[in-house]
Amino acid sequence: MHDLVQYILSYLDSDKTPGAAGNIFWAVVYVLLVFVGLSIAVIAMNWLERKILAHMQVRLGPMRVGPHGLLQPIADALKLLLKEDIIPDGADKIVFWVAPFIVVLAAFTVFVVVPFGPTHAITDMNIGILFMLGVSSLAVLGIVTAGWASNSHYPLIGALRSSAQMVSYEVAMGLAVVSAVMMTSLSEQGGTLSMIGIVQAQQQQEVWFLFKFFPLGVIAFGIFAIAMVAETNRAPFDLPEAESELTAGFHTEYSGFRWSLFFLAEYSAMIAVSSIAVTLWLGGWLRPFPNALSGSTWDLAFSLIPGLTFLFFAAICFYNTARMPKHPLFKIQTIGLAGFGAVLGLVGLLLFVPAVRVRVNDIFWFSAKVAGFMYLYIWYRGTFPRYRFDQLMKVGWKVLLPTGLALLVCTAVVGMRSEVWANVVVPMWFGLMDLLRRIF
Amino acid sequence: MNPVTANPPVATPFFFYLLATVMIVGGILVITRKNAVHSAMALITTLLAQAALYLMLYAPFVAGVQIILYAGGIMVLFLFVIMLISIERAAKERQFNRQWLVGIAAATGLGGLLIAVYTTTTKGAVLFPQGNVSYVESQNTQAIAALLFDRMTGTYMFAFEIASLLLLVAIIGAVVMAKKRI
Repeated sequence: MHDLVQYILSYLDSDKTPGAAGNIFWAVVYVLLVFVGLSIAVIAMNWLERKILAHMQVRLGPMRVGPHGLLQPIADALKLLLKEDIIPDGADKIVFWVAPFIVVLAAFTVFVVVPFGPTHAITDMNIGILFMLGVSSLAVLGIVTAGWASNSHYPLIGALRSSAQMVSYEVAMGLAVVSAVMMTSLSEQGGTLSMIGIVQAQQQQEVWFLFKFFPLGVIAFGIFAIAMVAETNRAPFDLPEAESELTAGFHTEYSGFRWSLFFLAEYSAMIAVSSIAVTLWLGGWLRPFPNALSGSTWDLAFSLIPGLTFLFFAAICFYNTARMPKHPLFKIQTIGLAGFGAVLGLVGLLLFVPAVRVRVNDIFWFSAKVAGFMYLYIWYRGTFPRYRFDQLMKVGWKVLLPTGLALLVCTAVVGMRSEVWANVVVPMWFGLMDLLRRIF
Repeated sequence: MNPVTANPPVATPFFFYLLATVMIVGGILVITRKNAVHSAMALITTLLAQAALYLMLYAPFVAGVQIILYAGGIMVLFLFVIMLISIERAAKERQFNRQWLVGIAAATGLGGLLIAVYTTTTKGAVLFPQGNVSYVESQNTQAIAALLFDRMTGTYMFAFEIASLLLLVAIIGAVVMAKKRI
């Protein structure tokens, strides 16, 4: 018993991930934490997507189940679990049964290497980014087999579209990723594919790879940001499930629990690709300006932000509690909203405790950046009309791929002669900016 | 820097036999299933088990490339093509290759060779030596890059580039055959 406690406690003062330290107990704890966190994030996304889309279209969105529809996702989950689970008569039973699990497995397994902080990852792999790309590319197998096993026209067309789309955009995505990986090789410790190593390279080079070699990093990020929307089958690239043409695409014949697995997988895949983008180009867990605004005062100021954010959410809750209708029928809802605000406020206060503050600061910055991407996904859905399939292919093969190849060559050339870049091109950029400022 | 000492070794007979069983069962399913999609899915299982074998041998980079290329890329295209043909008609058609005699001869030959290797090695040394060779797993990608591209140690660059040229020829051939006018 004492040995067990010793084993558990021995990890606490190590500066490694549980996987690297070889501590099975903490690895299991981290796996559970990531799983629970992801499930909560998917539930929150479900609610936020409906509310934000509704407000973009000047509607209210869900308002009935719980205050401001806060309990709507839970009601929906209950409905899905109680719904009759139908397997079509002509379907290929085994493949139909296996397909949703392939998609879910692929979507959740990638989180093994996602670095929420220098020590807050389940494990750190030497091939981190390669592992993420590889395993997330397995999701397309599940989608394709789901569409085929349904033995129905619309799902089959959706599956064919999705396999063509995901295979084409994977190429452009890979090229963008390689250009970011090349940038890591300019660090002192050499190039790396490890997710933690990539963030450490940005820390050491004192720049997010988004702004490295100025236009090049932004272009690579742009290619990735477009390809990742196509890769997750989201609007405006949601052709595999285009409801105006294919009913619901590859998951038309799925219902109940199996359908909810596809839903879960789609949202966790969105979070996964956003974490790749955050890790590769937006500095991962690093807080804004870790070098320009360094020092203990700035550290303290930035470490208070997580708590303040939660207090801000709590304040919004209390403001809306005061605005709830005063009718007796709304009494329970008002109390519920006040209780939710109190929970958020308590979490915010907990985040001010120094011991907690120091440990979760990196997780907060990582999640905040990923949350920004999640908002972008919803924003795209509310803004852009869907592409036609030939347009989609044209964008993938004739725009993104050549741009990616040219970018790769440019990054390689500039990276080989990085001192020329730093001493000639960057001053020219600043000179040009100065000139423009004087003219206008 | 040595993961073998930090963690228990993975290259153990248990893992090897487990993965080998998965691969063999998958391989048998590939050739016995009538339905081409089921065959393809069995093939995917085999390829994934093979990737796991590479992982077991402390070669994570090769394993990652195996997953991306074979399981994620090539097999998706396989399935894409299979779905466009009518499965019902294909399942009813008679098998037209009559090479099972040659197949059995080749299989027994190869199997005999493997058994011969196994028996001869076990005379002098064991097939699974207990002393663990400490491969530096955390430097695998860099080590492969050094073997391919380093000026001093890069002995395999020519073979590597020739192989990629072969793939390029195949792509050009496919375009030439598929497109009437280029």
